[in-house]
Amino acid sequence: MRDNPLIFELSVPGRVGHSLSECDVPSKCIEDLIPDEYLRKDLPKLPEVSEVDAVRHFIGLSRLNHGVDNGFYPLGSCTMKYNPKINEDVAALEGFSSVHPYQPEETVQGCLELLYKTGEFLSEITGMAKMSLQPAAGAHGELTGLMIIKAYHAYKGETGRKKIIVPDSAHGTNPASAAFAGFEVIQIKSNEKGGVDLEDLKSVMGNDVAGLMLTNPNTLGLFDEHIKEIADIVHNAGGLLYYDGANANAILGIARPGDMGFDIVHLNLHKTFSTPHGGGGPGAGPIGVVEKLVPFLPYPIVELKDGKYYLNYDLPLSIGRVKSFYGNFSVIVKTYAYILSMGSEGLRKVSENAVLNANYVMNKLKEYYELPFDQKCMHEFVLSAQKQKEAGVSAIDIAKRLLDYGIHPPTVYFPLIVKEALMIEPTETESKETLDEFIDIMISIAKEAESNPDTIKSAPHNTPVTRLDEVKAARNLILRYDFRL
Amino acid sequence: MDDIKHKGDGFKSRYIPNTEEQREKMLKSLGLDSIDQLFDYIPERVKLGRRLNLPEPMSEYELLKHMRELSSKNISTADYCCFLGAGAYDHYIPAVIKHMLLRGEFYTAYTPYQPEISQGTLQAIFEYQTMICELTGMDVSNASMYDGASASAEAMLLACSSKHKRKVVISQTLNPEYRNVIKTYAKFNNIDVVEVGYKDGITELSNLESVTNKEVAAVIVQYPNFFGIIENLADISNITHKSGCYFIVVADPISLGILKSPGEYGADIVVGEGQPLGNPLSFGGPYLGFFATTKELMRRIPGRIVGQTTDKLGRRGFVLTLQAREQHIRREKATSNICSNQALNALAATIYLTLLGKNGLRKVAELCVKKSHYAYEKLIETGRFEPVFKAPFVKEFVLRINEKNIMNDLTNFTECTERLGNKESSENVENYSLVQKLNKKLLKNKIIGGYDLGRNFPELSNCWLLAVTEKRTKEEIDSLVNNAYLGGAEE
Repeated sequence: MRDNPLIFELSVPGRVGHSLSECDVPSKCIEDLIPDEYLRKDLPKLPEVSEVDAVRHFIGLSRLNHGVDNGFYPLGSCTMKYNPKINEDVAALEGFSSVHPYQPEETVQGCLELLYKTGEFLSEITGMAKMSLQPAAGAHGELTGLMIIKAYHAYKGETGRKKIIVPDSAHGTNPASAAFAGFEVIQIKSNEKGGVDLEDLKSVMGNDVAGLMLTNPNTLGLFDEHIKEIADIVHNAGGLLYYDGANANAILGIARPGDMGFDIVHLNLHKTFSTPHGGGGPGAGPIGVVEKLVPFLPYPIVELKDGKYYLNYDLPLSIGRVKSFYGNFSVIVKTYAYILSMGSEGLRKVSENAVLNANYVMNKLKEYYELPFDQKCMHEFVLSAQKQKEAGVSAIDIAKRLLDYGIHPPTVYFPLIVKEALMIEPTETESKETLDEFIDIMISIAKEAESNPDTIKSAPHNTPVTRLDEVKAARNLILRYDFRL
Repeated sequence: MDDIKHKGDGFKSRYIPNTEEQREKMLKSLGLDSIDQLFDYIPERVKLGRRLNLPEPMSEYELLKHMRELSSKNISTADYCCFLGAGAYDHYIPAVIKHMLLRGEFYTAYTPYQPEISQGTLQAIFEYQTMICELTGMDVSNASMYDGASASAEAMLLACSSKHKRKVVISQTLNPEYRNVIKTYAKFNNIDVVEVGYKDGITELSNLESVTNKEVAAVIVQYPNFFGIIENLADISNITHKSGCYFIVVADPISLGILKSPGEYGADIVVGEGQPLGNPLSFGGPYLGFFATTKELMRRIPGRIVGQTTDKLGRRGFVLTLQAREQHIRREKATSNICSNQALNALAATIYLTLLGKNGLRKVAELCVKKSHYAYEKLIETGRFEPVFKAPFVKEFVLRINEKNIMNDLTNFTECTERLGNKESSENVENYSLVQKLNKKLLKNKIIGGYDLGRNFPELSNCWLLAVTEKRTKEEIDSLVNNAYLGGAEE
């Protein structure tokens, strides 16, 4: 079978895929303008292809991919909801897409207004005093939030607060971000419901703790009922409470992190607010804070004065910049468009349907797969493939078998506290018909695990490539094309 | 009390397919009567209990109309001629890119954790990595990062952790926003950042030499630097390596179409802003940061990276690899907390570099060089501007406004700026820098002027940083030259 060609293998010397204007200024030789010693002698080996070669190549690549537009994508914790098309159109309007970030303020009033209002909307949705839209992704928001926690304690003279508490069920970015912001990470065990163990929390809280990072609903898709008690324990010990917004799709218009007692929130606009994941980015991870933390937000902040929007750089306590310019603007445009399309009622319906869909699927599957926490879930739930494991079929095998049916698998082996975890998040944009089909397929795979486990273990069978050798990839590192071949 | 019927009541979203009937059926299968019962576990006292205070939902057409109106409050580089750069550039974006990026299979996919159904994204990243290695002259590239500034900060952190040192040296000719981001990241990691000044527009080598010692993990310079000038990487590389430091270069990818690669000068890490490669200005983002390094450092590289392997049938395929460095495996011991890349922006860059090819990229860079030099000479010829640095540049340059000559008619100036639609008081107009005044004047001629260097460099007040890309025509440059003055005589 033929390998799918790389663009470099399609290159034919002399072919062009571009159309550039001829030089229309009186022109000198480059060598007269830039000393020869600076000029490169070997041109970078970029491909030489025609436009049609390029188009067919990239369309060909796109066909090897599965996106939300192709089919069901119940990838837990990732909120793979439908990405509205109109949002792509409005973000591409030239008045947004072709604006330079350093243009004078009076020429970018529309951009600033959009940023300002999106900040206001997100503050209302989360119950926070003020947002910064600068962070480029969820993990970047976490890092920014943790820097604010550190700056706040330092400002109060409490520089001894060097620890951040993270539950063992947390996303991997939580401890990584805390370490990256210069904190020591203290992991606490989850209770039997995946929630925070209050006694354990009390035992680690002290004047050396800067804060606690929490996802609520947690990574098992369960709402921590003791959130107020948790907030009290943390606050009474002088710490701050950080909300990982990865699971915010469960609570829109129903409950707000601010009302739960959180001090800092990040949102993943590419999850909760329908902006596309783009195959791994760009996303956006704005953060919101309570009043006392506003002075520490990254600069600049968009403000409104006398009917004019402006960028405020005069924030002496600010942690500084975490990124160039003002955030992933076009992602924020799509978020703004989404909120305006949904309104308060629509956003509430998002969460209602997301939670209903998850409970519906969970209830139908719990007979066939082990359900470690048998209670109503929020927008997602975690199954375990322990039963199937007895027949030699593991979570990853089930994931791979789903590929044969044109379904993106659930998140596997996460959270770490459940063995053989299959984390399923249907989202609100899926119909009952799609869910029923998924349920049927999952049941047939459960049966197949007993009758014909080898079919599952050798899956997938209908994909562009079969299982790839990841060990070989890591051992024999080939990270770029070798032109000598 | 709420007797006005909200438009949102009974709102049906086209993005939520289940009908009321289906919802009821589903609830019934769960043994529930109402949606509210699904939220039983949320304590009453943390429930919102009211509707969110947001605008009423808009129909698709209402939204489109609203967004058009909002976007029309901005001036766009599609209508105005842009000479502004300073880290974001108005290069031409071939039409093909938009069409490819709108393939749902690309833009609605998640991170390629399931390689069997993600070969499109994975292979495109592998091609991207190869192209970045070719441009920078490095061995290994990651799959991209948030932007050039954060990639620079990550480079600093990698250097410090690898060398077990807590000090870096950065040049003042590095983009001020990058310096600020580096300082933010440094502050929270107890890293000492030492700034080296410049002389004649480039990093002052004697100063660099005096602060670069065995305590320093890395030296970071920009190429071409913030003033558009080509730094002497050979000498900086020598000074850096003599003290056993890593040499980090922040490079402009378009300029690398003609300039010697940082790899040729012995750079250890090369990062930069990938926006000029087929990504729109978009008021500052999303862009992509590229990050390339040597074989020596590749196991510590932050972020995602794609490697080649084979499937069970022996066919070539691609997977995310070296994942043991990453946060989802290593948690607090990961080499970075980053868990995404800017995949779609990197795809745009890959398609851009594919279409341009090696000769096209060189041609773009050459056009920038020729046109920027033409603009530079013509502006100086007017007598209204003076050269500031006399060093070779690629697509950006610095000029100082000659305060006397710039005014065509001094007495009318305040009046003139008011006529430009400026509602601020004349007192405020006085507070504008000369560069701001000139830029305001140029807007009237549908020209977006250059960057005000006085913002970040007090010694460069009245200095203008202009970028001239391949898009600028002779006519546009001549219009800039002819209109770059202040005063009332243009009326």
